[in-house]
Amino acid sequence: MNSFTLTQATAADEAVRDLTSHDGAAYLGGGTNLVDLMKYNLERPTHLTSLGLLPLTDITSLPDGGLRLGALATNADTAWHPEVEKRYPLLSQTILAGATPQLRNAATNGGNLNQRTRCYYFYDLATPCNKREPGTGCSALTGPNRVCGVLGTSESCIATQPSDMCVALAALEAVVRVQGPDGERTIKFDDYHRLPGDHPEKDNTLKPGELVTAIDLPEEGYADHFTYLKLRDRSSYAFALVSVAVGLKMNGNTIEKARFALGGVAHKPWRDQEAEKMLEGQTASPDLFRQVAAKVFAEAKGYGEGSLHNSFKIELGKRAIVRALKQSTEMSQVVNPNVFLNSNP
Amino acid sequence: MSQTIATPPTVRLDSDVIGKPINRTDGPAKVSGAAKYAAEFGVTGPLWYGYIVNSPVAKGKITKIHADEVLAIPGVQQVFSHENVPSFAWFDRSYKDDVAPGGSPFRPLHEPEIMFSLQPVALVVADTFELARYAASVLRIEYEVEKHNTDLESVIDEAYDAPKGKTGFMPPPKPKGDMDKAYQEAPHKIAGEYIHHAQHQNPMEMFATTVDWLGDGKKMKIYDKTQGAPNVQQYLMKIFSLSSDEARVISKFTGGGFGSGLRPQYQVFLAVMAALELEHSVRVVMTRTQMFSFGHRPHTLQKLRIASDDLGHIQALEHKALAETSQFENATETVVNWTGILYNSPNTNFDYQLSKIDVFTPLDMRAPGAATGNFASESAIDELSYKAGKDPLDFRLLNYTYSDPTENKPFTSKRLDDCYHEGAARFGWDQRNPEPRSMRDEKGMLVGWGVAAGCWDASMQKAAAKAVLSADGHLTVSSATNDQGAGTYVIMTQMAAQTLGLPMQQVTFSLGDTNMPAAPVQGGSWTANSVGAAVKDACQEVGKKLLKLAQKMDDSPLAGVDFEDAQFVDGHIRANEDITRSVAIADILAASGEDKIEADGKAGPNPINQLKYSMHSHNAVFVEVKVDEDLGTIHVTRVVNAVAAGRIMNPKTARSQVLGGTVWGLSMAMMEETYLNNELGRYMNHNYAEYHIPVNADIHKIDVIFVEEEDDIASPIGVKGVGEIGMLGVTAAIANAVYHATGKRVRELPLTSDKLL
Repeated sequence: MNSFTLTQATAADEAVRDLTSHDGAAYLGGGTNLVDLMKYNLERPTHLTSLGLLPLTDITSLPDGGLRLGALATNADTAWHPEVEKRYPLLSQTILAGATPQLRNAATNGGNLNQRTRCYYFYDLATPCNKREPGTGCSALTGPNRVCGVLGTSESCIATQPSDMCVALAALEAVVRVQGPDGERTIKFDDYHRLPGDHPEKDNTLKPGELVTAIDLPEEGYADHFTYLKLRDRSSYAFALVSVAVGLKMNGNTIEKARFALGGVAHKPWRDQEAEKMLEGQTASPDLFRQVAAKVFAEAKGYGEGSLHNSFKIELGKRAIVRALKQSTEMSQVVNPNVFLNSNP
Repeated sequence: MSQTIATPPTVRLDSDVIGKPINRTDGPAKVSGAAKYAAEFGVTGPLWYGYIVNSPVAKGKITKIHADEVLAIPGVQQVFSHENVPSFAWFDRSYKDDVAPGGSPFRPLHEPEIMFSLQPVALVVADTFELARYAASVLRIEYEVEKHNTDLESVIDEAYDAPKGKTGFMPPPKPKGDMDKAYQEAPHKIAGEYIHHAQHQNPMEMFATTVDWLGDGKKMKIYDKTQGAPNVQQYLMKIFSLSSDEARVISKFTGGGFGSGLRPQYQVFLAVMAALELEHSVRVVMTRTQMFSFGHRPHTLQKLRIASDDLGHIQALEHKALAETSQFENATETVVNWTGILYNSPNTNFDYQLSKIDVFTPLDMRAPGAATGNFASESAIDELSYKAGKDPLDFRLLNYTYSDPTENKPFTSKRLDDCYHEGAARFGWDQRNPEPRSMRDEKGMLVGWGVAAGCWDASMQKAAAKAVLSADGHLTVSSATNDQGAGTYVIMTQMAAQTLGLPMQQVTFSLGDTNMPAAPVQGGSWTANSVGAAVKDACQEVGKKLLKLAQKMDDSPLAGVDFEDAQFVDGHIRANEDITRSVAIADILAASGEDKIEADGKAGPNPINQLKYSMHSHNAVFVEVKVDEDLGTIHVTRVVNAVAAGRIMNPKTARSQVLGGTVWGLSMAMMEETYLNNELGRYMNHNYAEYHIPVNADIHKIDVIFVEEEDDIASPIGVKGVGEIGMLGVTAAIANAVYHATGKRVRELPLTSDKLL
């Protein structure tokens, strides 16, 4: 870890000004990822703009029926917020499927969006990694890559975005509010994270100096038919091999509206709107779910066989979609959010 | 064939403390934070911090170290590397510790050659930890890279028979009969290949050394994270030509070891070297990544062939293993022998070989070798039981050994049969439907029940202890042994209290200081037995002195009573024949006028018994798994672990040991694998986030049963040790349960969900 200076900002515009007036500066939220990366010597900011005092911790109802999540509300406070639990149980359960209570108590919503990949090579300075050091190559293409992606990958990077929360936010079609040197703007959640392409060093579409101030949830929370299915190598404190967040609106056995997203398989929470459309207006059935799952992974590419390589995620991902859709359609009421999710009976 | 006869446990007295579930005497210090670990000790003067730099390449040579750039940073005291480390001892033997395998031990910072990825190449010493870490991060080192090979499967053809040279290593048993012919002709047979990959011990506490430079010649207090302070001291004395007074090694608490602390790790060499060179106190703490830079359970490939006759009697048994080792040492484990101890066969063949790859030397990890062989052989035995149409438990009982076939010796005791019966009863094994895929739970999950047996050495090493009874009646016993969490503090206190009939509160046991009488490294499940016997001996010597003093008292009621005819109970010495002939120890001390009574004690293996008998602990493990077949997820919902390990000194700490062992076996079965990237020659999941071990939510009901054995031949105190035995059987029982649930036989660990898809 290098030496750095630190400013405690008290307002968003002040934070933006502070960051843009320093070279090599970074925003510091809960610090659960950035500080680790600094200790690993991966991130070497010379200045930190601390956001701890910014008044962005509230969770408030919006006039259009939606809900605004402050960027600096902690993951824990968000997951346990009564409105989130009641109206967006998918988000609540998804947050609780991630990390540990200690991490969720410190991690912020804005920071969750901006956490970096957990690809082994990104974390190890001794290895080539295009995301960490553009142009050095991708060690994951042929090496152990169990943690890496099979959808939307490129020859320069197969890393995944590791968040659970973001998978639910993608399915919920959240909107990210940001403030930058040129003022405020909003970004659709699907457009927030990006695919690696030739520039895997860029995780998202934020412009220099932009700060996430809030995440807006639309009115529809799919509180009657939802699932977050997280498949992982142990029951807690492990990133998803594959995860699926589903929100459905049902009329009897007919699916009126369907949204779902996948985690653990791509450089961003993976949505397939064509696959969602395949479900809408249809009667829920295992066959339909299998067709949908096949569509999602039709263009998937695995990188090697065996347990250390990720080709198994294609089959596992399909099965996870089928299971998650089945669970979502069959549930008659909200399950107890204190009980850990269906993947780990 | 001789048959050992199980005897019931001895009747215990209310006043006995051995055999009682007494809380850890060190527990309050541990939970309140008062217990100090190696990196937490203060020093007399200012402290400097060393930060280790490791090689990014697996093979090659350092061509340049730009130390000058780093030395220019204010507060950086020194950069040590092969360029400036003075030459110390010359011969390999000086670098060999008590448990070193054959070969040439690694010498940190001695040569520019790189022999494995993450090899330590420099130590940066600075005024603060943060500065040392920063300086280490900007130290530029240039390498000439050579082609490495870390792929064991590519060097199978270069395998060689594992040489002797390591303490405790047993070469494979000699073959018997005609294996090939018997296998060919037998009606029921299986053949299988079993694989597990490298696993790292990963104790919670990082390896760390704090050297307190006392400013009196070369005198140092060396606080080290180790499983054996005397082993570290001997190593340092030989390398740096130090006296025992100069190199006092202290290790009061050890935050887990699991074998990783058996050998002195390189941070202790670096810290002591830096302290000697700089004549200053220095602390060196490893990072979690660096915890993956030394020993590990070796990647091992195994092949088994077993065949039985129509009745299910094993007729042919072959177990072969090939393990990795480094380019510089022959890391050996006893892998295949256990199979021949548990099961008799007229025709056998055993083989154990090594191949060299460019990694650090493997190092014993909990139940070393046995855990490896046991997974394979207990999976194979299970598979054959189905082929022979037998219940897996019945098949094991049918092929039960009453003496050790590998050495043709009787067991000193073996109540594995009772482990099977008691375990099966507790588990409800008789409710099992033998058909694979036949059982489901109320949610429709596949249910599987599996069984496996385990076997480990009941071994003893030389150990010494000292007992001091002060005038106020407090007994202090010490030995330079270790407590890596096993419960050594409390069981040795129990042993001392029991021997002299004192209440626990009146006894203190201390350990982990080379100024104390020597003890072996804590490993091999031998501490309770070896150090326990030495503690008993020291206390008995004090008892003899007390009896003599008692007999000097006027009108002593103990006049003429021999030590063998006296008992020490409730703070009194009493005559066995007439317990009213009694003198209080407090009165003896008062009458004697002595300010303390002290004695040394020692213990060691009995060579005659070792020649005549086979000494082992055993267990039987029953497991229930539930499998979600669509998603490949496995949950171990129930485990019964029945253990026969001689006398149980403390059922509470022993149970904790077996619980921990069970979790360890589950971890090996389900999660543990260090991901080796052969292109980079480097382990990649070198942190707790990606090297998976179970969390609480992975662990469900675990039942521990102790089937006690009276065994005064294996041990003068009847103890066989429980450090390793608890994990044996668990891994195979899980794999066997998964087979019963799904009909899929997985022979490669860990049992991750992808293997069931």
